[in-house]
This record gives sequence, C-alpha cells and structure tokens, in this order.
Amino acid sequence: MSERLPVQKTYKLFIGGAFPRSESGRTYLAEGANVARASRKDVRDAVRIARQAGAGWSGMTAYNRGQVLYRIAEMMETREAELATLCSGPAEVAGAIDRMVWYAGWSDKLAQVVGSANPVAGPYFNFTVPEPTGVTGILAPEPPLLGLVSRLAPVIVGGNTAVLIASEAHPLVAIELAECLATADVPPGVVYILTGLRRELAPVLASHMDVAALDLTGADGDGAELEKLGAENVKRVVRGRADSQSPYDIAAFLELKTVWHPIGM
Amino acid sequence: MTKEKRELARRQDKAPIATAWDYAPAPEARDIVKVQERYGLFIGGKFVEPESGERYTTIDPAHEEPLSEIAQAGKADVDRAVRAARDAFANGWSGLRPSERAKYLFRIARLLQERSREFAVLESLNGGKPIRESRDVDVPLAAAHFFYYAGWADKLEYAFPNRTPRPIGVAGQIIPWNFPLLMLAWKIAPALAAGNTVVLKPAETTPLSALLFCDVLRQAELPPGVVNIITGDGRTGAELVSHPDVDKIAFTGSTEVGKAIQRTLAGTGKRLTLELGGKAANIVFDDAPLDQAVEGIINGIYFNQGHVCCAGSRLLVQESIYETVVAKLKRRMATLRVGDPLDKNTDVGAINSKQQLEKISALVQSGVDEGAEIYQPPCKLPERGYWFVPTVFTNVAQSYRIAQEEIFGPVLSVLTFRTPDEAIEKANNTPYGLSAGVWTEKGSRILAMAQKLRAGVVWANTYNRFDPASPFGGYKESGFGREGGRHGLEPYVVLDDA
Repeated sequence: MSERLPVQKTYKLFIGGAFPRSESGRTYLAEGANVARASRKDVRDAVRIARQAGAGWSGMTAYNRGQVLYRIAEMMETREAELATLCSGPAEVAGAIDRMVWYAGWSDKLAQVVGSANPVAGPYFNFTVPEPTGVTGILAPEPPLLGLVSRLAPVIVGGNTAVLIASEAHPLVAIELAECLATADVPPGVVYILTGLRRELAPVLASHMDVAALDLTGADGDGAELEKLGAENVKRVVRGRADSQSPYDIAAFLELKTVWHPIGM
Repeated sequence: MTKEKRELARRQDKAPIATAWDYAPAPEARDIVKVQERYGLFIGGKFVEPESGERYTTIDPAHEEPLSEIAQAGKADVDRAVRAARDAFANGWSGLRPSERAKYLFRIARLLQERSREFAVLESLNGGKPIRESRDVDVPLAAAHFFYYAGWADKLEYAFPNRTPRPIGVAGQIIPWNFPLLMLAWKIAPALAAGNTVVLKPAETTPLSALLFCDVLRQAELPPGVVNIITGDGRTGAELVSHPDVDKIAFTGSTEVGKAIQRTLAGTGKRLTLELGGKAANIVFDDAPLDQAVEGIINGIYFNQGHVCCAGSRLLVQESIYETVVAKLKRRMATLRVGDPLDKNTDVGAINSKQQLEKISALVQSGVDEGAEIYQPPCKLPERGYWFVPTVFTNVAQSYRIAQEEIFGPVLSVLTFRTPDEAIEKANNTPYGLSAGVWTEKGSRILAMAQKLRAGVVWANTYNRFDPASPFGGYKESGFGREGGRHGLEPYVVLDDA
C-alpha cells in the first residue's frame, strides 16, 4: 500500500470558462472515470453563451487572437505528461501542440490570403474580407486529442466560437485540454467542451437555429441525418479530415464580405 | 421647418406634376430576334424532343401572349442530359488543354457581345424587364462574366495556393427567372473554366434566352455535351438535384427550395452552393448626400421590378431626416415610368408572372392590414399583362410581414433609427444576410457599418452594383458559396494536396 492516497479528478464539462457538472446531474462511465453526461439543455445553454461570446472574440485584433492560440499551445506543453497519459501518447500530444502553434500563426494572415481587392469595371473601390460564420458545432473525431485540436483550431482562429462534443469513448483528454484552455486567456464562452452521449447531444446541436456551421468530421453513421437537421437554417456543413492542417480548413468556417464604394473627388 | 424642408416644399409647389409628362413611345424593334414556335431540349449538342412528351407555353408577361412551346423535361430526359454531360466530361472536356478551354469561353463572350441586341430584346420579351436594363446590365454583364472566367481557365493553380485544383465532374445548375441570361453566365462560366460539364435548367417562366444561348454554343463550336440545357418546372429541378451521377449542385432561388435541396443532398457527399433570398437594409444617415441616396433607394428597390434577391427592400432612415427623405422619395417615385418593357424610356417593366403578381399583391395587402401606411404614385398601367405600381410603406413595424418576408417586387418598407447601433440591430434582425446599403459621408462610419452588417455584399454610397470580378453571395439563410471573382471558382474545383 502506498503512503499517500492520490486525489482523483472529477471530470466535468467546460462551459463559459467554468467547469460545471451537467445540469442534469448525470454521469457516464468512460475510461474508468465518471464523466459528466451533458444534457440537451447543456447544449442549448452552451450555444446561447457561445453566441454572446462571439462579438468579443471576433472583435479582438487578429494579432491578439493569434497570441491566445499560441498561449493554448504553451499551456498544453506544460501539461504534456498528463495529456499523454490520456491519449495515444507523447507523439499525439506533440502533434497537437505543434498544430495549435501552426494555426496560431494564421490569424493575422487570413485576410491577406483569403480576401482580395477586386478590379471591377467601374469607378469603385471593391474589396472582399473574410469574417467568422458564428457559433460552430463540432463533433470531435478520433484520435481524441489530435483529432479534436485539428478541428477546433481552424474554427476558433478565424473568430468563430465553438461548441464541441468530445469523443464519447475517450472524453478525458478533452477535459484535460479544457483545463489548458481555461488558463490560456481564451475568453469565457469561446470554446465549450461537452462530454456525453453523441446520439443524445448531436441532433440538438445540428438543429439549433443559433448554430451557423457544423463540423461533422467526427460523425459516424448519423452524419446524413445531422446534415438534414442543419438545413433548417442553411448551416454550413463541413466534413473534413481528422488529421488535416490547412488554411482551407479555416476558410470553410469563414464568410466572405464584399464592400463597394464609389471613387471620386 | 428646416431650410432644406422649406426649399423642398417650395420646389414641390413649382415643379410640374411628373405624371403629366408625356413621352413619345420609343420601342425597341422586336423583329431582331426570331422565337421558334417550339423548342426541344438541348442535349449532347443538339435539340431533341422530350421523352416525357410534355410541353408548356412560355409567354410575354407584358402582353400575356404566348411566345413558344417549351419542353417539360422528365426523369428520362434529365438522365439523358446528365449522361451526355458525363460523356463529354470523361471523353475530352476535362482532358482538354486549359488554354483551349479558355478560348472557347472567350469565344462565347465575344458572341454574346456580337448578338447583344438580340439577347436584350429576347430577355425583355420573355421576362418583362425594361430593355434599358437588359441592354445595359444583363447582357453586357453576362458577356463580361464569360470573358472574366475565360482568363481563369488556364491559371487555376494561381487561385489555390499549395493545391492542385481539378474539376469536380458534372454540375447541375438551377437558375431563377429574374436575370435569366446573367444567372446562366454566373453558373456556366466558372463551371466550364474549371473543366466541369454542365446540365443547366433555366426557370420555368424564362427559358428563351437560355435556348438562344444554345445557338451561341453552336457558333462557338463548343464540343457536344459540355453544356446541356433542359427546360421545365420545379419537377425537372428536383430530378436534376436527386440524380445520382451529378457531382455538384448550384442553385439560385428561394430559401425554401434551397433548404429542401440541402436536405435532399444530405449525406450524399455532393457539393452544393446556394444563393437564396434576401431582405436587405438600405441605411441612410443624416449626413448622407440625400439626392444621391434617393437615387440609390430607387435603384435599390425598383431596379428590375424589385425582382432582385439583393434588393434594398427595407429602407432604414435616421429619424432626423425621415420626413425629407420620404418626401423626396415619393417625388422621385412619381417620375418612374411603368410600362412596355421594350420601350427605351421604361423604368419599371412587367411583373414576371401571374403567380408572382399574386404573391406581391398578397404581401402588400398584409402590409395594409397590419397597419402600415401605403403610398403609390399616380400611374397608368397597361390593360393587359402583369403590372404592379411602385409602392412604398411607411409606419412599418419590424414585425410586419412586409418587413420580414422577401416580397420580390417593387415594394419598399421604410423604418427609422436614431443611433448607428440601432441601425445595425434592425438591419441584422432577419434570417437573411445577402446584402446591405449604407449612405453617409463619414468614412469611418462606412467602415464600421460595413464591418458590423451581417451580409455578403455591402454597398456604401451606391447600390445594386455587380461585376464578374466581385464575389457575390450570402450570409445566414441567404445561402453559402460565392459567385464572381477568384472565390467563385472554389465551388467548381476539387483541391488535391499539391
């Protein structure tokens, strides 16, 4: 018998910068721990707060947003050991950290790469700029850390807020990551991480009228049904790759706004 | 009374009554265009009879006179068109040197320019829009669109850094009746430039310019099957959307149909772009150049009879200038000439169809019933045909149907605001997000408004401008994907890792 009994962690949700239990009080057993089992109401609360957080996050300068993402990577690095025990190991953690850093650097380059000045045939100044789509629902794919980071980072670096449903089978690393987010100056409400049963939560997210985009990379057989629900408010539905790293993944969650103004003395 | 208002009142007293002005008729000759008695479906480079055996009559909405018998493509016809497009894609078009593809598109652009008068007359005849608009806007822009995308065909790798773009395959494209030829160009030009082949369905009520376009394709010697034009109503569109061998759907039309298409395609992995409805706010601040703004308001809502998805159908006026703007607006409305689309003096033509006229009338009635104040200038309408007098509603609450729903007709709702924040709040208070207008002399305010408006196109001190180099498309329930510019290529390519 060891001399000291370790203090075990209670795995909770990450909502609005805090770690509440599910409002339903329910848990489910995953990876040997009692993990919060979010309810439909938890999803709706998350979307509501994520929507409110959107203005602040997208209104930040791109430079600032980039620094916040970089800070997430810093926090992940300091928790490298804990993260590694909850996913496939150090290689996955290293990949996830480096991916976060890669995306951090995109924040203040997007408008130049994705936007344009448009040479119209008339006396008008005309330009196109990318803007965030809004609240984005994400079903995180496996592997539980690298897949999650690969889909989350491109969503938030462009100024969107995210409500993410963690891997149902491997939720612990997602909550560990939430602890990195909570200490990385990510404004409350920008990222929500919910744990629980996919079949219960995903349809609520997919049909919510305040969710503007949906990343179904992590969807299983229910993808078509979720996409159908998403049509009710013409959601942008993305099925990407769990391992990709690309500015095109960021652009998938951006709207393009074109502004015209006459030129004259 | 402010100085400006006094001046306005004085001028109103002295000016002649606009409706008393008489214009000599100046009709464009319609014999430049030969409309055939009947048309088949354009499949595999030639006109074929529809296997469905069904036909319907397309009319001139300004006179309610039949123009031609049009084929109603059925399931077998759609399948035939898709197979022709697939065949053309696999056996030549996708493998053609991009620089050669470009030259076909340049040819099409030139041919449209050469035959512009013919297309303009036909467009006004079949759609009801004023010849001034089809001649000066629709047709030149359609040609410009082909010219613009022609240049992209052999430069695609520069549009997508670090990726190798390749065509998707067969694109199914469904277009509306408000800008028949221009929407055809918006759809076909980028699709072909990227190496795809096309099955396009024009709107039920306006098939003629698309069918004449087939003759341009013949003159351009475009290989058979690269572009197939199938006519019919919504049933034809539904068959095209659900055809298993179509790789991409591009739709412009109502939000309701757009949602149904998105549901149909859910889980199929087919690519989709949607350009749907709108309920744009046109926002006028108290420091705006008011006469210019009034022109912009008029152009924003009465251009093309208001059959424009990005029409500035909600006018938001700052309270301090409300009376002045409304007075100027009503005065300007009285000078609008409603009538024969082929008359070069006409500002507002015919409503596109009986069905649309009924929809507009019903929504206008709802505005009256809900308590808004209606104004229509004195206006003599032709006896036959579908017409609607330019209309403005004041005393409109945000909850009224006329402030919420897309009317798609010459009907403007006026609301007021006090602060920029209130203007933003009201402008964004809609499920749509296609376009918006801002009128102010203050540069920093223009940019702040442009940033906060949730809309894909923002016109500042102008309205309803279009250009092939300028991306167009919506936020929210106005759809997704862009048409025009470099961004307009993206819906038509698969991006492989370089």
